[in-house]
Amino acid sequence: MNQGARIALFAGLVLAVGVAVTAYAVGDFQRYQEVHASDPLAASTGVDEYRSADRIVFRHTGVDNSYGQVAMVSLADPGGARAFTDVACDRVDASATGASCLVTERGVVTKFRALDLGVDWTVDHTTPLAGIPSRTRLSGDGSLVASTSFVTGHSYMTAGFSTATEIREVGGRSYGDLERFQLVIDGREVSPADRNVWGVTFRDERGFFATVATGGSTHLVEGDLVERTLTSVAENAECPSLSPDGTRVAFKVDLDPGADTRWSAAVLDLESGRQTQLDTPGIDDQVEWLDAHTLLYGLAREAEPGVTDIWSVDVRSGAEPSLLVEQAWSPSVVREASP
Amino acid sequence: MYLSVRDGLQGRDDTRVQASTKRPRVPRVVIVLGFVSLLTDISSESVAAILPLYLVAVLGLSTIAYGLIDGLYQGVSALVRIGGGWAADRGGHPKWVAFVGYGLSVGARFGLLFVTGLGAISAVVSADRIGKGLRTAPRDAMISAATPPEHLGHAFGVHRALDTIGAAIGPLLAFAILWLIPDGYLTVMVVSLGFAVLGLALLGLLVPDETPRVGPAEVDPKVDPKVEPRPRFRWADVADPRLTRLLVVAGVLGLLTVGDGFIYLALTDRGQFAVQWFPLLYVGTNVAYLALAIPIGRLADRVGRARVLVLGHLALAAAYLCAAAPSAAAGATIAALALLGTFYAATDGVIAALASRLVAPEVRASGIASAQTVVAVARLLSSVGFGLLWFATGPRTAMLVVCGLLVSAVPVAFAALVHLDSPRQVTA
Repeated sequence: MNQGARIALFAGLVLAVGVAVTAYAVGDFQRYQEVHASDPLAASTGVDEYRSADRIVFRHTGVDNSYGQVAMVSLADPGGARAFTDVACDRVDASATGASCLVTERGVVTKFRALDLGVDWTVDHTTPLAGIPSRTRLSGDGSLVASTSFVTGHSYMTAGFSTATEIREVGGRSYGDLERFQLVIDGREVSPADRNVWGVTFRDERGFFATVATGGSTHLVEGDLVERTLTSVAENAECPSLSPDGTRVAFKVDLDPGADTRWSAAVLDLESGRQTQLDTPGIDDQVEWLDAHTLLYGLAREAEPGVTDIWSVDVRSGAEPSLLVEQAWSPSVVREASP
Repeated sequence: MYLSVRDGLQGRDDTRVQASTKRPRVPRVVIVLGFVSLLTDISSESVAAILPLYLVAVLGLSTIAYGLIDGLYQGVSALVRIGGGWAADRGGHPKWVAFVGYGLSVGARFGLLFVTGLGAISAVVSADRIGKGLRTAPRDAMISAATPPEHLGHAFGVHRALDTIGAAIGPLLAFAILWLIPDGYLTVMVVSLGFAVLGLALLGLLVPDETPRVGPAEVDPKVDPKVEPRPRFRWADVADPRLTRLLVVAGVLGLLTVGDGFIYLALTDRGQFAVQWFPLLYVGTNVAYLALAIPIGRLADRVGRARVLVLGHLALAAAYLCAAAPSAAAGATIAALALLGTFYAATDGVIAALASRLVAPEVRASGIASAQTVVAVARLLSSVGFGLLWFATGPRTAMLVVCGLLVSAVPVAFAALVHLDSPRQVTA
């Protein structure tokens, strides 16, 4: 083959690949427009409907015109009508006084933000995030907010991965990256380089629990915002969540430490140190307490990318998980009556 | 005429790159290889940019699981790189070794369309990295073989600038697609496959398969290189004392080169500007790199490549200083990115240019691969060590410490390498 023929062949290939790829992209764009034109399957209602009701607030994940928006259902009827806000979040945690929303802002330059939302779902305060939203939690009184984002490497060849977890006063000053807190594991002060902190749950205005990973294992740590310390409480525990009465912590444990990662939920009684293992296959979420005996968690559907459901499971051993809210993710329980 | 007599087109003069000398300073094959890299980098960087988001947002994987994927296979890549250099030298067909490397990446892109699980994605990503490791040294050996020695820095600068343009376009293209089609991850992967196929085809169709045993300066076009008996590959030739000296110095400087990620994180520690623009910081570095790759490459040809390589580390030291500046606002962030880009422009292509001419032509790819592997391994070790320092002393002190060490090492490195700039390279 002479040079002219080679150039002609390459030009033909450019054309063919260009046409094929463009055709695929246009088809995908049309598919997206079509499936996202439909209304949600669930009956919908106005936000005011649930203003004073006990409710579950979550991210709606039905493939429709409300995908990704924050919605809520009544605690009394989780399968009933859902009220849609006009706020879209990747992760959301709501309280009676507002909400924390972590969001990916699409664009040629994709950015990430943490929004502090007021009672009316208006944005009161915006904080830039360095990476992909992962977890967020408000303290019980709604005055503190924790966010975990997932900072990735900047080039294909770098092994860059870390979580960035920060606690802030809502609308106010930051306590900084929790990685910089003094770390005490098994009674010894340590400062490993490979530490990662994520998944905060608040005890009160000063204390909290979180996960610290280092040297291939994970630890449940108790944090102190005044002393700026993280002290290990238990091993093999990720994404803790404190029970409403403050006596137990639920988290996920790796059932098969080593090569593979297979998580299930467990509940630790802080007083007695007794741990109850639950059977929650596929769990990979920071659980939320529905009440004193029930956990909520999101689970991705296997055959439908991007679609998730909220499941509930009784923490008394032997219980099987059951589907609670379809097409939903990142649940938080808001009770108007209780503190 | 500077290439093969078998290839009709290359006999014509390329007026765009026509120099005052008889041969063009940057041969056509270097520009074609630059476009091969550009297309391939659009392909790999577009997927790399969206992969974390895809794993977390769509597959619902948590952060730590992704870390496992990403942390694997670093050492494998270094070994494969040496293997790629050796195979290119041993077999005498660097083009086809590079072709296999690019082909592996095309296969990986194709696989990405069908896999969903964590393990499968991890396997595909590692195949892609092996491909990248395999092709780098043979490709650089081809650039070196095709270019007159006095213009090597310029040629590598052109190649790296084109390569970096691809690396800058890729993520922007991917995010633009996701902007239009928010769940269009598969479209990004199809587009990525398209660019990878075109890169491979460009290499296969339009890059001649030259045996890089002799540089163009030494080519006698009347003799068909095929009939010459090929000298045997000997590892002893790779261990040329001048190359060994370069490897030791590059290794020491590499140990004081902390990853970009740390500099970006240190900047975010000092102010909101860097946090807000965090996803764009590497684009800033790339823009500086691609703007400076050619001018600094030409400078290296004029004043000496070893000099530029060593002094380029002063730009890195200055970037450390910016990251440690007490009031790092917008200005310090932008200055740090510009300095990082300068550092890459003064080192990445320049070290390949330098190493390629310190060894005999028949072990050229192995020589380049050795230098690149030493630098990569040293930087990996450096990042581990620097991580410890970071947590022990805080970002600011850690940056100042490594800055001080680097500034002290530069004069020693300069003294050790300056004689590698032969008078032939420094045109009076």
